[in-house]
Amino acid sequence: MIKDKTAIVGIGQTAFGKKLPDSELELACTAVINALDDAGIDRAEVDGLASYTQEAHSEVELARNLGLGDISWFSQVGYGGGAGPGVIGNLAMAVATGQCRVGVAWRSRKRASGAVRRPWSKTGSSAQEDIATNYTRPFGVIRPVDEIALLASRYMHEYGATRNHLANVALAQRKYANNNPDAQMVDKTMTREDYMTSRWISKPLCLFDNCLETDGALATVVVSADRARDCKQTPVYIHAWAQGFHAQHQTMQNFFCDDPLHGPSWVAARQLYRQSDIQAQDIDVAQIYDAFTPLIPLSLEGYGFCDRGEGAAYTENGNLEIGGALPVNTSGGGLSEAYVHGFNLITEGVKQMRGTAHNQVSDAATCLVTAGEGVPTGALILRR
Amino acid sequence: MTDSALLPFIDDTNRPFWRGCQGGILRMQQCPKTSRLIFPPRPVNPWSPRDKSIWTEVSGRGTIWSVIEPHPPLILNFTKLAPYNAIVVTLEEDPSIRLIGNLVPAEGAQINEIAYEDIVIGTPVQAIFETINDEITLPRWVLVRQ
Repeated sequence: MIKDKTAIVGIGQTAFGKKLPDSELELACTAVINALDDAGIDRAEVDGLASYTQEAHSEVELARNLGLGDISWFSQVGYGGGAGPGVIGNLAMAVATGQCRVGVAWRSRKRASGAVRRPWSKTGSSAQEDIATNYTRPFGVIRPVDEIALLASRYMHEYGATRNHLANVALAQRKYANNNPDAQMVDKTMTREDYMTSRWISKPLCLFDNCLETDGALATVVVSADRARDCKQTPVYIHAWAQGFHAQHQTMQNFFCDDPLHGPSWVAARQLYRQSDIQAQDIDVAQIYDAFTPLIPLSLEGYGFCDRGEGAAYTENGNLEIGGALPVNTSGGGLSEAYVHGFNLITEGVKQMRGTAHNQVSDAATCLVTAGEGVPTGALILRR
Repeated sequence: MTDSALLPFIDDTNRPFWRGCQGGILRMQQCPKTSRLIFPPRPVNPWSPRDKSIWTEVSGRGTIWSVIEPHPPLILNFTKLAPYNAIVVTLEEDPSIRLIGNLVPAEGAQINEIAYEDIVIGTPVQAIFETINDEITLPRWVLVRQ
């Protein structure tokens, strides 16, 4: 077990926005330099690099541009929004086992501009690349939002969840973003009426059930717990991490299995809590992957904050807000701060543990960070 | 009505499924040992990997498990058809087998003729087939007449 053997000691980010002038590579380098400065570690010391398979630029390009030295460990995790905690967890294992001493993880993306703005709009070869899309795209189930809407529609039918529940998620996170100067939506308030009257994207999901489109990059620095005590910042320990997907899982088109509403989160959660002294009831604040609002109730169930079918009701009474039972996505998350495949959820978790978040949960000492439900996923438990 | 760019890719593994559709029948892979159905088609039988799967005809009867109504931004002809419906159907023989499709009022009808509000999860449906071109016939779904 790697419990508490490593810590995140540096975080860095760029501006978040649309049509940022820098390239993805430049944004990545900026985020990494900022994270190293935050940690007080010279770039010459970096010897481990962890990233997403969907990162447009390789470790080699990053290292050549940043003038890094010899790299002794590098690894990538797949599945887009399923990757984040796995990227950090793999890096933590590498540091804990001595494969590298100073590890950097990053994600850079120009989703709001450029050629890869909407990956789903690719035609032609995609069905050949993926066996399951051959049985969805010909019927007009084309975008990630259509795939999640099919799960949401069933979830609402089965458990009596309503659009009001999904609005609870969108509104709570917008409120956080309105108090976060880094958030893309800092100046855009949202009322319940705004939510209810916004245009449909894939009924029952509307515009505000969808995450933002963002250009931006983030990075973290991971070192051993021993080294962490000498760094500039309060160490944030990686207490536990896990990955998971279930039998007959199909990434995004997760219909071809026994129980689509009992997704990869349940598998990751089981492994996570098995290694952790901190259980669901001990979590002070959570950063839950939110490409779409329905992922919040599903993940609340998966990670054991309530029973199955109760995730929607859990969003009531301001439970997700400051002072609620479980403040969730306190930066505004993917819905209202920035959508960078969930990496801003990791850095927000670190800020909460340091006590420096814009929407600080008082005395927060434990934080759950999750990757996406509906894809091969992962999760971290961070602690002060 | 469906762009060739989004039509299914036919290969040696899935050809019997799409040929079946051309002949007006729904076919699934099946494990010869356990009789469990397999969908989507794949080269190796997950229920008994040393035993090659066989192809079997299924009833084409099922139940609506979920429904959505996609709106723009979409791509290609789906933009012109929007809003249309898309449904998930669980198969009568094995409710863990699910197919994605569209509910239509009758053969030859468009996928945007039945409104989302008129589609009830749990309703029984039956597969019908729409010829798209020489290669491709897609399954569609109609309500079972009571």
